[in-house]
Amino acid sequence: MTRTPLRPLAAILDARRKGADPDAIERANTRQRHEAIRTELRGVGEGRLLVLGVMFFCAFSVIGARMGVLANSEPTENRAVRTQVEILAQRADIVDRRGRVLATNIETHSLYAQPQEMIEPERAAQELVKTFPDLETKRLLEDFTGKRKFLWVKKKISPEQKQLVHDIGEPGLLFGPREARLYPNGRLASHVLGGTSFGREGVHAAEVIGTAGVEKQFDDYLRDPANGESPLELSIDMTVQAAAERVLHGGMKLMSAKGASSILMDVHSGEILSVVSLPDFDPNNRPLPPTEGSPDDSPLFNRAIQGVYELGSTFKAFTVAQALDLKLVNPATMIDTRGPLRWGKHRIRDFHDYGNELPVETVLTKSSNIGTARIAQMIGAERQKDFLGQLGLLERMPVEMPEAHGGMPLTPKNWSEISTMTISYGHGLSTTSMHLAAAYAAIANGGRKITPTLLRRNGPAYGERVMSGEVAATMRGMLRKVVTEGTASFGDVSGYSVGGKTGTADKPKPTGGYYDEKVIATFASIFPTDKPRYVLVVTLDEPEVYSFGEKRRSAGWTAVPVAAEFINRVAPLLGLRPDVEPGRPTGITLTSN
Amino acid sequence: MTEMVYGTVPVQSGEPVLSRWWRTLDKWTLSCILILFGIGILLGLAASPPLAERNGLGAFHYVQRQAVFGGAALAAMLLTSMMTPQLVRRLAVLGFLVSFVALCGLPFFGTDFGKGATRWYSLGFASLQPSEFLKPGFMVVAAWLMAASFQIGGPPGKGLSFGLMAVICILLAMQPDFGQAALVLFGWGVMYFVAGAPMYLLTGLAGAVVAAGTLAYNSSEHFARRIDGFLNPEIDPRTQLGFATNAIREGGFFGVGVGEGQVKWSLPDAHTDFIIAVAAEEYGLVLVLFIIALYAGIVLRSLLRLMRERDPFIRLAGTGLAAGFGVQAMINLGVAVRLLPAKGMTLPFVSYGGSSLIAGGIAVGMLLAFTRTRPQGEIDDIFRGQKR
Repeated sequence: MTRTPLRPLAAILDARRKGADPDAIERANTRQRHEAIRTELRGVGEGRLLVLGVMFFCAFSVIGARMGVLANSEPTENRAVRTQVEILAQRADIVDRRGRVLATNIETHSLYAQPQEMIEPERAAQELVKTFPDLETKRLLEDFTGKRKFLWVKKKISPEQKQLVHDIGEPGLLFGPREARLYPNGRLASHVLGGTSFGREGVHAAEVIGTAGVEKQFDDYLRDPANGESPLELSIDMTVQAAAERVLHGGMKLMSAKGASSILMDVHSGEILSVVSLPDFDPNNRPLPPTEGSPDDSPLFNRAIQGVYELGSTFKAFTVAQALDLKLVNPATMIDTRGPLRWGKHRIRDFHDYGNELPVETVLTKSSNIGTARIAQMIGAERQKDFLGQLGLLERMPVEMPEAHGGMPLTPKNWSEISTMTISYGHGLSTTSMHLAAAYAAIANGGRKITPTLLRRNGPAYGERVMSGEVAATMRGMLRKVVTEGTASFGDVSGYSVGGKTGTADKPKPTGGYYDEKVIATFASIFPTDKPRYVLVVTLDEPEVYSFGEKRRSAGWTAVPVAAEFINRVAPLLGLRPDVEPGRPTGITLTSN
Repeated sequence: MTEMVYGTVPVQSGEPVLSRWWRTLDKWTLSCILILFGIGILLGLAASPPLAERNGLGAFHYVQRQAVFGGAALAAMLLTSMMTPQLVRRLAVLGFLVSFVALCGLPFFGTDFGKGATRWYSLGFASLQPSEFLKPGFMVVAAWLMAASFQIGGPPGKGLSFGLMAVICILLAMQPDFGQAALVLFGWGVMYFVAGAPMYLLTGLAGAVVAAGTLAYNSSEHFARRIDGFLNPEIDPRTQLGFATNAIREGGFFGVGVGEGQVKWSLPDAHTDFIIAVAAEEYGLVLVLFIIALYAGIVLRSLLRLMRERDPFIRLAGTGLAAGFGVQAMINLGVAVRLLPAKGMTLPFVSYGGSSLIAGGIAVGMLLAFTRTRPQGEIDDIFRGQKR
């Protein structure tokens, strides 16, 4: 049992002694003590409540102040389209090899509508259609009176259009700044540049992203704000490119071709000075990909880099070069050219009958299929495959364009002897013009492989050796003879010694077999042959020219004259000095057959 | 003798109930609460139609419900405020026991309404959140226990109330509902502080709170994500917080105008947790500051009146209730202005919500009952003052 002390002990003992009620005294005492405790507690509580009150007041004041600060700050307009990350503007420029602008940025405006702000949606819609005829009043009105709170009307408008819209005076029509990509040269190098579109869009800025060409290939570089001041330098020469496009366009029209392409490349560095594919387009207003018809016929299609074709007799140069390099033949070795050459069910014919045998050199200059096939038989499938592989003809060209991925060569599944024979004269293996240009560059630069590039390089960039220097020199002599004495006689440009090889390949039908009247005419040339600097590949798609009483489709009549005009125009722009021959003694006439 | 002849003279102990109630009531607090309730209805008119539209109900369905619940809440408040502190205490203890049992039953019978926390009982026509009712009950019980500990030979009330608080906090944290748990913890802490907590304990407690918060951050995904969202200064404008912040900015000083606000269309919780954003956007800073002043007025005035209170139980219970009320409002407002991490806490009397309204009405009714003017032995003070 616990004992509770009696309080106040003296008074209780006294009360007990007197016979009074001690409990009452104890209760009174307890009450007094309780009162004392309460008083004390109240003192403590009073102070602490005051502290608490001050704390609450401060807390509420802080919240109120914070509200005031927030209310006073600027709201971010239009929450619906605001994106998480700030959109980076200022895409880097693209310039040619001499620093001339190919692509830059321009400040334009976008037009958007906030229908809930509109006063007269009907009038706004009608007035907008007057300025932008491609809009429809009905659809605009539907959007303006519907539930939408925000809609884009036009992504890019000119300052004049902006003023016209401004004059409508409709508060619900608003403008946002837009940095747009501008290609000041219009169609020039359209396939190289590709094009851009808007990515994520906000009211105050939009992201410009590359959709094709180098704009897409180097998108990360161009978008990096750190590169804003350092433009992307291409290997393209704007002047040369412009001349090339003009010449090729004219040639395409004259030869009634449906398409044309050309590649001009530095044989030492692999820099592509000009690459043209016709028909082309304006990258400022890039057309949509075609929904019907063959994609190859779209202006967006890059024939030089994406187009995989059988390039015909231009391949004979590789066969002859390899045979020389392997020392199987020398230029004077006689080759059996009796036709037709039967191989199983296949027959190989020549364009003309060249008699029983021809020297190797003439096989090339006269472009004998039978002769080349015989040489290929000497080489054999394995070695041919290795050599073409070394030249880079069997894999994708590593050109800096996303489109280059489409240019995968088509090789035979089974590289049989008949394949070897047909490939020797350019059938059965499809490559792009870019492959051909790179392989001819190896012959031109003395036998070293080069990798084509669209970026500016300083000085030569040779790869591994693919043939000996002597063979390359011999080949250059032979290619020169093709022009002076052979199938490419229209290609002789006075002052610039041009060498090259023609190729006329029947176009394969999509259903199998070949068309009789549709060809791809190619002229692969190097110039000047004595000290080669450039390789030029001109390809015409389905050319047809009526001259000397018959329809002619062969490259000698179509691609070669175009290439000759090309060199004639471009060589001076490239800074090549014409080789003016000293006056010859009169009375002697040079003839060619 | 007279009594024996004429019977007992009907004795009236002082003045009539109603007149005494009115005379002793804190009319300022009452007016503040009534104004808040009115603002709640006004904002409901703006904030709830989008929700009603989404749920396929009449435009003002939720406003009507708010008015009905609000009427019930006001009735409960007035009724409670008429009770004596003793009666309040008895009923509150009973209510506490009931809601405590209900809280314990939540894991078995409750629903989460797909929000990731089991906090409600679904009653069909309405949902019930036991923790809303538990809070005021707990404040009273804890105050009672603490006050009892001051009596000679009384129970160790502070320890008991601490144990009770811990159990409730654990139960709430299990739901998980860290907001309510923090509120209960804070209410108890405030009461303990006012009851004369020793200073070393106060500092220790502050440390413990920090430690518990860290533990919760590390162990609970739900909690951690919210804290991270708060600490991350790059606010995603498509989160609720981003919308709310932007709405406050849009509103500026005088608002965009009645019915012109946009935030209510994009915020799912515009009618509850983020109602202040609706207020700020449509009526501007003016109304927001007025609302803050009302809450501050209620809390400060109650605390001021409690300073004069001699009865420890009344003082403590009143403090707990006032602090709980004020802190709840503060957390809600603080979240909207991003002073505090996102926490689902309603704005008392303004936010939509049946059980929160009625529980709030009862709590404020108790507060009003405790802050009524009572004789506080002022004569003793005068004597004591003379002695000094």
